[in-house]
Amino acid sequence: MCGTCGCGDGDVRIGGHAHQHGRAREIALEIDIMAKNDAYAAANRQRFAEGGILALNLVSSPGSGKTSLLVKTIEMLKGTLPVYVVEGDQQTSHDADRIRETGASAIQINTGKGCHLDAHMVGHAVADLNPARGAALFIENVGNLVCPAGFDLGEAHKVVVLSVTEGEDKPLKYPDMFAAADLALINKADLLPHLQVDMALIAANALKINPGIEIIQISALTGTGMAEWLDWIGSAHARVGSAKHVETAAE
Amino acid sequence: MHEMSLCENIREILEKQARADGFARVNKVWLEVGPLSCIEPEALRFGFDVVMRGSLAEGAALDIASSHATARCLACGHVATVQRRYEACPDCKAPGLQVTSGDELKIKKLEVV
Repeated sequence: MCGTCGCGDGDVRIGGHAHQHGRAREIALEIDIMAKNDAYAAANRQRFAEGGILALNLVSSPGSGKTSLLVKTIEMLKGTLPVYVVEGDQQTSHDADRIRETGASAIQINTGKGCHLDAHMVGHAVADLNPARGAALFIENVGNLVCPAGFDLGEAHKVVVLSVTEGEDKPLKYPDMFAAADLALINKADLLPHLQVDMALIAANALKINPGIEIIQISALTGTGMAEWLDWIGSAHARVGSAKHVETAAE
Repeated sequence: MHEMSLCENIREILEKQARADGFARVNKVWLEVGPLSCIEPEALRFGFDVVMRGSLAEGAALDIASSHATARCLACGHVATVQRRYEACPDCKAPGLQVTSGDELKIKKLEVV
């Protein structure tokens, strides 16, 4: 039967559309819909491994303070690591402008109507940034606790940023993101004296979703927890370097 | 709304498959979606109709089957079927089951002409 108008073989042709008469048949497939993204992610990961580059994918809801935290992080990393930033937002280059003021190279990706960065966009941004060997690359994802969880960008780790004003049950409400992340930065800790928020409960809820997640209480404003975060970056960076070393030795 | 971009992936896969397998129309698409796949089936269905317009799969039927998610208990080794990420072990009641499958998002079968 014709899929366009429903007429059968030998029927009068109506309307002049192309008829595809023939027997319907079934084709068994086993195709992963995310395969295209995953292939780009694998290519990014390979590039990062070859360059000894630590790539971190920062994810959070809008307004968690990711960009301020990143600005502070870049200032504190100055002189230790070359730092590059990919900024994802639906519109504007405000965030990339803020990052560039620190002296770090940054590229803004505007996703338009899109709700997440994908590995293809990031691959192009990284090609343009051309990060130096041994660099740290921060990918600030679109502020959204849902969709970015499902897209591998080729990063070494997803780092979820949650501000203390967002409620203790955020990890339970958005479990996919907390399951995907290796580190949770509980930001704006300087506000704790003014809030009735239970830090231990935030941590317990995050651990309930992801028993392996590491948690650092942090404030980009006062600097609380920044040293611990920089240590974490240092260890992750060292692992990238040693992974490359092992790979080279195995070749 | 990333279900829309996933539907665009599906359309690209169908177009590629049509060239490889020599078909001109898709009447029906069978998907398997894991319960932990970050996908909302209703949003996927909505996006599918919109994205397939004007393509070889315009008006195609969509069948979405939910697969099972499995998890292993880190405490007792029990393997259980789960619906969410943070269930306790049904056997020993320990918290923190480690999810081992359930985030699949696959095209399983097509009916084509």
